[in-house]
Amino acid sequence: MLLTLMHVNSESFIQDSTVAVQNKTLQTRLRVLTGFTTKRNLLFAELPDGEALRDRAREIKEETIGNLDSYLTQLEENVVRLGGTVHWARTGKEARAIVLELARRNNVKRVVKAKSMVTEEIELNEALEQAGIEAVETDLGEYIVQLAHEKPSHILAPAVHKSKRDISELFADKLGVANLKEAEEMTVVARKRLREKFLTADMGITGANFGVAETGTIVLVENEGNIRLSTSLPRIHVALMGIEKLVPSLDDLAVFLKILARSASGQKMSSYVSLITGARRAGEADGADEFHLIILDNGRSRILADEEMRESLYCLRCGACLNVCPVYQKIGGHAYGSVYSGPIGSIITPAFAGLEKSKDLPFASTLCGACREICPVRIDIPRILLKLRSDWAEGKHDNAGPPLLEKVAIKLWAFAMRHRIIYNLVFRVPAFLQGPLLEDGKLKRLPFALGGWTQNRDFPALARRSFRSMWGDEK
Amino acid sequence: MKVSLFITCLVDQLFPEVGMSVVSVLRGLGAEVDFPADQTCCGQPAFNSGFSSEARDLAKRFIAIFENSEYVVAPSGSCTSMVRVFYPELFRDDPDWHKRAESLASRTYEFTEFVVNVLGVEDVGAAYHGKVALHQSCHLLRELNVRTEPQRLLRSVKGIELVELERAEACCGFGGLFSIKYPHISGSILQDKLDSVEKSGAAVVVASDVGCLMHIAGGLSRQAAAATTMHIAELLAKK
Repeated sequence: MLLTLMHVNSESFIQDSTVAVQNKTLQTRLRVLTGFTTKRNLLFAELPDGEALRDRAREIKEETIGNLDSYLTQLEENVVRLGGTVHWARTGKEARAIVLELARRNNVKRVVKAKSMVTEEIELNEALEQAGIEAVETDLGEYIVQLAHEKPSHILAPAVHKSKRDISELFADKLGVANLKEAEEMTVVARKRLREKFLTADMGITGANFGVAETGTIVLVENEGNIRLSTSLPRIHVALMGIEKLVPSLDDLAVFLKILARSASGQKMSSYVSLITGARRAGEADGADEFHLIILDNGRSRILADEEMRESLYCLRCGACLNVCPVYQKIGGHAYGSVYSGPIGSIITPAFAGLEKSKDLPFASTLCGACREICPVRIDIPRILLKLRSDWAEGKHDNAGPPLLEKVAIKLWAFAMRHRIIYNLVFRVPAFLQGPLLEDGKLKRLPFALGGWTQNRDFPALARRSFRSMWGDEK
Repeated sequence: MKVSLFITCLVDQLFPEVGMSVVSVLRGLGAEVDFPADQTCCGQPAFNSGFSSEARDLAKRFIAIFENSEYVVAPSGSCTSMVRVFYPELFRDDPDWHKRAESLASRTYEFTEFVVNVLGVEDVGAAYHGKVALHQSCHLLRELNVRTEPQRLLRSVKGIELVELERAEACCGFGGLFSIKYPHISGSILQDKLDSVEKSGAAVVVASDVGCLMHIAGGLSRQAAAATTMHIAELLAKK
């Protein structure tokens, strides 16, 4: 019985995506993401060894993911040696409990949070709020979605779905500051509010972009400086990290730092790169008094065990695949019903939440391959989508599988395709009968399951004579 | 040079003139073309829907029909990908069939890549006066890595006015069964492609795959747009 490790709303994918494609504001907003891709392409073209870096990055991930047990042990030893505490969480539930215990023990009333997909995955904010602890998102985009009581809609740009007007109205409603028109004005208001939170927070919670096993270092990249403030002002810093975020050494880290920001936002480097190694030692000026690293499994070791899914653990969470995906570009992140959306979300959401609850995600793709082409570590997302489709069709992992009608239809279709004469009849009979249905030589309405096509397109008439019939003439 | 034509079911039953054009161009370049009449479907719809067992049955049937051919050529990037890229994967756990699949894969080509890379020809002697834009089908581009061959063939067409299609490499939104399973998303992606077509001023949109073309044509027709579509083989057969 598959344990559902992440809550999703992916069952309403069809309804949600239908609404999304008609949402003009969303459509306009999503177009800004192509800017990331344009910049990314320029920067990679400038690198003398961009492709080699991607190959090397993938190699490093293959090595690391293939030997996670020893690298995780090494990381723990080093973090502890340097004054940090390491906690192991098998599930999101355990991770939440660890955070709450740390908060309780230290009388934490206010938490400042950096943007962290893993904390969204385990719904940490909800748990903190239920325990009466104020958890403030400090990344501007996350701050906005938090005010709006929404989930992030993009791995990198959580509020990309919101227009300036949306945000202005939100700030008027939730912060009591009305008539803000420009982005700069709104940013200044947010900055002022957040400053106060930074200065009075008891605990800072972050994720981790990388964990360096050789030195016990947690690496965090950002553009706003909120992570710097979250990890140095509060007394306690808690970092949550998925087991797959390791790299063996600082030299390996260098490879990733070259390609991460380039892939994510089309920058050579993000504005701040923080390497946090253990807790603040005696005599040091910067850093939290206490450093806690929570290493999270939550279904990752299950993905690890699956040879075909394993490479999805190489993901750097850069968001590039979302930016190039023709489907994501039209439906945005919320329609996926998961904090992990887009191509990478379509493969890991079923792994975390079960295929049953997210069965549309592997199918809602044209398999165009743009994601694989741009992925910095070359994850073969189309292949994995096909594998998940196969898992669905075969009812693997206790999923219900396709409805009986679909199974029968495919079997009938396959039978027809195995017999040339029947195959031919399948087309020739409708070709013979289609006459009265044609308007201007086209079909404007197709029956049954095919009707989706003619909602917004005409369908060509079947040829009066098939190629094989015309070839017969030649001889 | 003996070529067996892998007609593909859509061309066979909906766009036979594309098949006739392929034959005409290949024969014009000195190739002998035969048509194994027992062929039906390569099995891609089953494979893409996750029904690997049914796909495998059809793959075995296909391999048996074509494995004695010197070359197999198809007017489709996606059907060629199925045979060349996915057949070997389908038989990953079956050494005998895997070997047969790999052998066939090594001799299976999409039409434009065959003309340019195997026959070594870029000018097939075609002539067509008109504004033409090329849509680059995803499987051809990203599974088969055929990036420049269609353009090189088009550029040699006498009288042609090749216009740039903005975001020519972007998916048109067809995606096989995706086009009817998620028609709202398929149609939305298509709109971008239709807008690019309009912006380019092209009278004709050309591509290597009839799947893309019938989807684009379906949109152009529904919106009563002036532009029409043509398979690249048809254009290259014009004199």
